[in-house]
Amino acid sequence: MRAFEFHPAHQISDAIRSLDEANGNARICAGGTDLLSRLKDDVDNPERLVCIRTLPDLRYIRNDKDGVRIGALTTLSTIEEDAYVQKQLPLLHQALQVTAAPQIRNQATMGGSICQRPRCWYLRGPFDCLRKGGKECFAVYGENKYHAILGGHLCYIVHPSDSATALVALNASVKIHGSKGEKTVPIEKFFVGPEVNILKENILEDDEIITEVFIPHPAPGCRGAFNKSRERQSYDFALASAAVQCRMSRGVCEDVRVVLGGVAPIPWRSREAEAVVRGKKLSAATIREASEAALRNAKPLTQNDYKVDLTKLLLTKSFQQVSI
Amino acid sequence: MAKKLKRKTQKVHIAFTLNGEPCEVAFAPHKTLLEVLREDLNLTGTKHGCELGECGTCAVLVDRKPVLSCLVLGLTVEGREVTTVEGMQLADGSLHPLQTAFADLGAAQCGYCTPGFLLTAKELLEKNSKPTRDDIKEALSGNLCRCTGYIKIYEAVELAAARMRGEAAEVPEEVVLGLK
Repeated sequence: MRAFEFHPAHQISDAIRSLDEANGNARICAGGTDLLSRLKDDVDNPERLVCIRTLPDLRYIRNDKDGVRIGALTTLSTIEEDAYVQKQLPLLHQALQVTAAPQIRNQATMGGSICQRPRCWYLRGPFDCLRKGGKECFAVYGENKYHAILGGHLCYIVHPSDSATALVALNASVKIHGSKGEKTVPIEKFFVGPEVNILKENILEDDEIITEVFIPHPAPGCRGAFNKSRERQSYDFALASAAVQCRMSRGVCEDVRVVLGGVAPIPWRSREAEAVVRGKKLSAATIREASEAALRNAKPLTQNDYKVDLTKLLLTKSFQQVSI
Repeated sequence: MAKKLKRKTQKVHIAFTLNGEPCEVAFAPHKTLLEVLREDLNLTGTKHGCELGECGTCAVLVDRKPVLSCLVLGLTVEGREVTTVEGMQLADGSLHPLQTAFADLGAAQCGYCTPGFLLTAKELLEKNSKPTRDDIKEALSGNLCRCTGYIKIYEAVELAAARMRGEAAEVPEEVVLGLK
């Protein structure tokens, strides 16, 4: 790892000032699990690290009348063990249980988890690829087994975060603090595909930090399921995953959000699948139709057409689980 | 407002609790906790593995929770409590029941992964004195072992748990000698 200037922040305003004055040459250090691997691989070389784990009051899970608020520094294992999350947000709980290894979940934070950089080996290796400001995506003609089948545009990374997939399905929002003040953004607007910004996966600016994730209380009758496929069973990033959050009334699906992970540069909301099941009973035929609809526009690369059938299967499984 | 930044390489100095005792150490600010433990504190029980968070051999306890020391900056443990395999022994200096059980059952072969397994299992047994086989598998899922095939490790954790609960647990003969 190369040397850097280390700035522990004790107030949110310190952190923002420190990020701002570094003019893009600083990175935020919270749990550090993703950051340190990038620094070791020498694919990121910031002059300054702004350590925010010293910020007080960003470790909490609070329930209020609108929903549950998770402080950005709360670790994934704390969220996984939370009684409310286990009972009311099974989708998030299931996603966290299959996220990384237990030791990493003890370190990784809520904010950092959704800001992880993609695991694309060209991005993480010595390749001057589009996402690093180069001229080419090497995955198109190279090794693309783990790359995107949906939403790829010049660059074919997949978003690595399981919690991001779950949070989009739960209609969460993200609170961001920056030099210009504070704002809350629906999480779907937080992530951006390569057609919007080829260099970044989200809208977070250089002088901004996430301070809170908010998840609205699910309406009565809501059910959720998250299924993920991994190459290694003990722990791994998703080959594909499927999250379904569904409000059922007398066997009919009144409202639904369907989000796919591991297949697109952002957590991929499938409005096509949602349109198929909304207002219908979740029969085997409807589920099949919805799964087909979700993958209809998939454009596999040379080595990843397996992801199409795999994703359909995972989505079918999630639909079956919420229909029971 | 852009400001000329200066990369620092001079040593930093921190204080924390290491294996129950106060500890002060100076090191280059970009070192990981793993490097600080091994290179600056000469505690080589914690092993260098993949450096990527995939193998678990560098696991140590920070504030009593297992974390991967290769993915922790040394600077971030200031004021916290760190336990390495060197600090696993009991107050009277005898081995921790997990260490005894690993030795009894041959749960360590080459031994490189063992410190990470021991510390991760220690935390499991502290929060769950009677874990099921699945609980053990889940807790240890971030630790790789290329020798044992894991079975003996799971059995050793079960044996240690039983002994820690005060149950008279025998080592089955076939576990040590194989099936006759």
